[in-house]
Amino acid sequence: MSVRTGVWAAAVALAAMTTIPALAEGPPKRGGTLTYMIPADAPPSFDGHRETTFATVHAVAPFYSVLIRVPPDNPASTTEFVCDLCTEMPKPTDDGKTYTFKIREGVKFHDGSKLTALDVADSWNRIVFPPNGTISARVSFYAMVDKSEAPDESTVIFRLKRATTAFLPALADPFAWIYKKEIIAKDPHWYEKNIMGSGPFKFTAYEVGQAIRGVRNPDYYHKGQPYLDAIEGIFADKQSVRVDALRGDRAAIEFRGLPPSARDQLLKEAGNTVVAQDSDWNCGNIITFNHKKKPFDDVRVRRALQLAVDQWKGAPALSKIATVRTVGGIVFPGSPLAATKEELQQIAGYWPDIEKSRAEAKRLLKEAGAEDLKFELTNRNVDQPYKYVGTWLIGEWKKIGVTAEQKVVPTGPWFQAMRGGTFDVVVEANCQSVVNPVLDTGKYLPHTVFPENFGGYDDPKSIELYDKMQLETDPKAQRAAMRAYEKHTLDTEAHAIVMPYWYRIVMARSYVKGWKISPSHYLNQDLANIWLDK
Amino acid sequence: MYRYIVTRLLLAVPTLVGAAALVFVLMRLIPGDVCVIRLGSGGAHVNQAAVEACRLQLGLNEPLILQFLHFLWNYCTFDFGISMWSGNPVSREILTRLPVSLQIAVMATVIAVAIAIPLGTISALKENTWLDHVVRMVAIAGIATPSFWLGIMSLVLVLDITYLVTGKPWLPPIDYVSFWKDPLSNLSMVALPAITVGYRYSAVTMRMTRSAMLEVLREDYIRTARAKGLLEQIIVNRHALKNALLPVVTLIGIEFAFLIGGLVVTEQVFNLNGIGRLFVQAVQNQDNVLAQALVMLVVAVFVLSNLVVDVLYAWLDPRIRFS
Repeated sequence: MSVRTGVWAAAVALAAMTTIPALAEGPPKRGGTLTYMIPADAPPSFDGHRETTFATVHAVAPFYSVLIRVPPDNPASTTEFVCDLCTEMPKPTDDGKTYTFKIREGVKFHDGSKLTALDVADSWNRIVFPPNGTISARVSFYAMVDKSEAPDESTVIFRLKRATTAFLPALADPFAWIYKKEIIAKDPHWYEKNIMGSGPFKFTAYEVGQAIRGVRNPDYYHKGQPYLDAIEGIFADKQSVRVDALRGDRAAIEFRGLPPSARDQLLKEAGNTVVAQDSDWNCGNIITFNHKKKPFDDVRVRRALQLAVDQWKGAPALSKIATVRTVGGIVFPGSPLAATKEELQQIAGYWPDIEKSRAEAKRLLKEAGAEDLKFELTNRNVDQPYKYVGTWLIGEWKKIGVTAEQKVVPTGPWFQAMRGGTFDVVVEANCQSVVNPVLDTGKYLPHTVFPENFGGYDDPKSIELYDKMQLETDPKAQRAAMRAYEKHTLDTEAHAIVMPYWYRIVMARSYVKGWKISPSHYLNQDLANIWLDK
Repeated sequence: MYRYIVTRLLLAVPTLVGAAALVFVLMRLIPGDVCVIRLGSGGAHVNQAAVEACRLQLGLNEPLILQFLHFLWNYCTFDFGISMWSGNPVSREILTRLPVSLQIAVMATVIAVAIAIPLGTISALKENTWLDHVVRMVAIAGIATPSFWLGIMSLVLVLDITYLVTGKPWLPPIDYVSFWKDPLSNLSMVALPAITVGYRYSAVTMRMTRSAMLEVLREDYIRTARAKGLLEQIIVNRHALKNALLPVVTLIGIEFAFLIGGLVVTEQVFNLNGIGRLFVQAVQNQDNVLAQALVMLVVAVFVLSNLVVDVLYAWLDPRIRFS
């Protein structure tokens, strides 16, 4: 069995595993109000095109439609996309450079007006080519788009500059809500403070920092859905509140994710009245070295720090207390483009023999004249999993005689340290929504190409390898190109250390049915397929 | 009296300007800015063009001195600005949260006064008896126990006890409803936080009442009152307690002002959407405009509560005049 076939077989098996319980749940029941926790204070605005926080998605996604999305019945899939507003997924034409979408007939905005392809194209133009004075947070995802247009009321065409496998996943972005063209034309900022979409629920009320409410949209275009009469999202950033709320049945589910300790506590205290769903998470911590500071400009030092970390033993141990679990390379482990365990074990920092690895690390440090290396590890003041990961790393580095002191700072100073290049080594976060390896791995490109890389290095070879990979459309060849880029990034140049991927644990009352966990807390949040077995 | 109040209010102006300057500078000493936090704190890659557009929209590229002058001028015209985080008027952000904090502060104060003054007085009157020891123990436990811990424990206890009794754990509501809309739901949400905060508050007040009463009870005029055969009840209520209340009232005033913005952790534990929680969010998000407004609110509450305390002095002790 080839590697690719193996990965696909695993994906099919996973899909089967997640489908069986759905069938066992029986036919969905109509009615009821879903009260769910949103682990944040409040979304900065309601405009998905400009925001990046899950607080906006969890609060507002149920009120909107998107063009395409990950399949709600199988959101764990990293390669499958289905229509929401379109009628069928198109086959690209023009050598993979043109995608033509037919838009559903009879879709209505919540004010009763008709949603057409003109609204879809206008929203997408706003995302891809934001007009002056408006912010589109993910504009860099769409560098491949030449233009999007609506030649008539039922057709939207995307013309790309080049064929790329990154386009469809980017198009399934969960923030890419379809707004009403007429409203945007009158006031480009209207959607920051107001909600008016065509999604499964109609917005009814918002109490700042407290709760958001909606009722069933009887005109929803996915027949029979939504099953719920109403939804209520309650904001609570304190974990103990959310856990108590689930136990006391004040809330039925929390979609972002709780740490293993909270899961164990809830299962112990609430027994079979709660259930857990878990998944690898398309988020992780990356350890970035500041190449502009000595001795981190020396690849031997970076490689030594990479080699000191025992990922294979550390990940299972950490997973008992922190929201991390699976060892991975630069690509999310669930993706067909991800490295297998055998492939990873060829890379520094993933060798199966940790003693050999640490001996090599000590040798490299000696050779580089950095045997008594001391430095500061800048970390974010967030418990899960940042501080756990940081503390573990310090212990691992101590085993090769390196002393690192953890400097934990609030989010603002953490960003400032990275952007200002004032750190030695930093625990970064890399959190994505739809699994889109081509875009997600852009993070490891030099700052000149990818401004959000804080390593401060120039590396033309890295750019060359990335370009080769991103322009490749044959899956097998692209996978091989990805391996070369990964090997160069993590092994040859040791630009960064990829920590075990985060692990998402979603707890719910056992009467909540129909919802499936995905590899991202941004995905599958329109709540249309949830029903209550009460 | 009126002249005194007006003078005190005018004297508050330099205090407010000083506080404004201090908070303006301190907020800007924190590295980073609201745009980067807003666009990147989820761990997503921050788009530089979006950050620049955000900074331009919020006026963060303006010189600091201009920002400060705008801030002062806006306050002079009672325009508290727009939250950099939510884009809502700051007055709306604060007014949404103020009723929760105010309700907790008032309820906690009522609970504290109702417990502290009688028990503190009894403790002083029964000095070194078993009753005094019990009261002092309760007071010391209240001072030593953090309110948030007591809050978490009280919630766990409620869940466990209701589970044991009814077989189904019950938790107070976690979304605030106004007292005027649904009194039962409102009280069931705010009762526990008010009691936990009120307990600590009462402990401090109880200690102060006891020591003030002990001091007053040893005064010559109390001895004289006893010598001329006045009823003990009259001596305690009319002569001792009224005079002993001066430092107690000061303490109550300071504590009340603190409760308006200081219940940070308690509000988080009970998911109360109050001023303390808003304060933390504003600082975390580096929403300078909102943080400045909240500091000014707290300063104003302190100034006003001190003024009320001073006015109460005159009523409690006729020797004090404000001429």
